[in-house]
Amino acid sequence: MKIREIAEILDAQVYSCYDRLDDEVISACASDMMSDVLAFVKDQAVLVSGLCNPQAIRTAIMMDMRCLVLVRCKVPTQDMITLAQQSNIVILSSKLRMFAACGLLYEQGLLPGENTLV
Amino acid sequence: MNDALHLEFTVEGNNFLSAGSASDEVKNTLKKLGIKAQAVRRVAIAMYEGEINMVIHAGGGNAYVDMFADHIKIVLADTGKGIEDIQLAMQAGYSTAPEDILALGFGAGMGLPNMIKYSDRFDIQSTIGEGTTITMEIDFDQR
Repeated sequence: MKIREIAEILDAQVYSCYDRLDDEVISACASDMMSDVLAFVKDQAVLVSGLCNPQAIRTAIMMDMRCLVLVRCKVPTQDMITLAQQSNIVILSSKLRMFAACGLLYEQGLLPGENTLV
Repeated sequence: MNDALHLEFTVEGNNFLSAGSASDEVKNTLKKLGIKAQAVRRVAIAMYEGEINMVIHAGGGNAYVDMFADHIKIVLADTGKGIEDIQLAMQAGYSTAPEDILALGFGAGMGLPNMIKYSDRFDIQSTIGEGTTITMEIDFDQR
């Protein structure tokens, strides 16, 4: 799925890296706890989160992710946008809640991917 | 590469904007050196967790990084309050982080477990009132 399609499915606004909207992503994860993302996530390119601070971007950077989807109407700060821009990470913001956003993306074919729990 | 490439960073306490910048720089350096992506990510996660811990709990500290041909050595040293019970702190889910840290997405009690999980060799020394020093080594070709 292209990041552009994620934005359309979630009716989300784009805040960084408009030139990356045609990048393809296969799987996603969702969490507000960054330590859990660092502990259990593997090779997911999209992070869906309600956490709206620079550490959400940093976590995405460490995990080689391509896109951060902010849910629950969160608007990224300029610091976040600058950091994301420097690191080629697309920030999207949707009015949907986490459960609804994940459900729609899953329904449209975005996968949970492999995790390191098992 | 017989000689190590040495990097040093000052990690600022309670600065949640710059937190992670040292790990980011190490990650980018390893990428440029052509280290395998899987190894780069293990280094990035382990160091980032340590860096965040110094920012949250210790009022900052210093990071000393030596990159060798086949592994990396990361020393994270702070002069913070130290850890009362290291065994307890190393248990997944144990946390002393206050509410405001939880709101930042950290404090789930996964910091030290993550560092141990992604390191090939791990050591922690902590003295109450004097500080904590964590040493991690990660091999580039393992796992």
